[in-house]
Amino acid sequence: MVSEAAVWEAFGEIADPEIPVISLVDLGVIRSVDVSNGRVHVEFTPTFLGCPALEVMKKAMEEKVAELGAEADVEVVNDDSWSTDKITAAGREKLRAAGFAPPAPRLVQLQSHVHRCPYCGSTQTKLENIFGPTPCRSLRYCESCRQPFEQFKTI
Amino acid sequence: MNAQLLGLADDELVIGWRDSEWTGIAPLLEEDVAFSSIAQNEIGHARAVYELLTDDADALAFDRALGEYRCAPLVELRLLDWAHAIARRWLYETADEIRITALMSELPLAAKINREEAYHRMHAEMWHERLRNEPRFQDAVKELWPYALGVLPAEQRDALSARVGLPVVDAVERGTHTDELAGLWEEMTMVRRSAPVGTQW
Repeated sequence: MVSEAAVWEAFGEIADPEIPVISLVDLGVIRSVDVSNGRVHVEFTPTFLGCPALEVMKKAMEEKVAELGAEADVEVVNDDSWSTDKITAAGREKLRAAGFAPPAPRLVQLQSHVHRCPYCGSTQTKLENIFGPTPCRSLRYCESCRQPFEQFKTI
Repeated sequence: MNAQLLGLADDELVIGWRDSEWTGIAPLLEEDVAFSSIAQNEIGHARAVYELLTDDADALAFDRALGEYRCAPLVELRLLDWAHAIARRWLYETADEIRITALMSELPLAAKINREEAYHRMHAEMWHERLRNEPRFQDAVKELWPYALGVLPAEQRDALSARVGLPVVDAVERGTHTDELAGLWEEMTMVRRSAPVGTQW
């Protein structure tokens, strides 16, 4: 019989398909794991609704649970429970270390509009494009270390 | 409620297709990225709303006859002139904000959509700020204004009028279609229509 802890641990090994430095657990998209009668029920909250990685994530979770010898039932919950505030502290640090500026907490971002460079820490950065290579990212430029970088949008 | 949601989803699907027409030909590389990304988001919103109405979002999106679509005429127009394209983005996002925020208390998905739309509005407002004094842009806004009113039900039009600064006039109403939808319908349903029954994707 598979335990909920084992499922969480296994999901911690699934890399985000588009930002592989963080896991699905770091990303905060798994709302709950419930094991009963040999079935694993997972509540999964999408990030951006148009993100093509969502199907890949769902399939990866099903495969991980199958490896543990159980069957997964992944329920996609399209309510408003995911925001970038759900990304864990460890996830934020991994993003920053990989050159992605992590999203600031919503309350801070909405009031301060300060964006920090993930390379040198300067706040002298400017917006190049609200949009970027995926729906969740903006492009910014650091005027202190002259490095362009990707900013995870706060939503 | 279901008719209202179908209209919303059809608007998002069709404007997503129209915005994606700038992919590869926008006047600035950055706008190529922006329009493509906005289009991707809008089509994602359409899918999520269709899923509230049906188990098969693809079938609802692409297997209907032309006359069964409930999109507003504003989103149907093929606008490959930058002033018009930006005027529509700005008018559509302004109208959409009024509609989506009104839905948020009863529909949790609307609140989720609204988080993403905030970035579409920033983009539209940035361009509006840049072009607002240009006669060509002003003419495009005036031309599209009766279409923009048609995105919203009558009771929400005063709010749009206050935001845009133009008086409420006779709208180009939802339920009618422009001639330009036919070509888009041909294109967006072509692959599914050409596939044999029972095709697995």
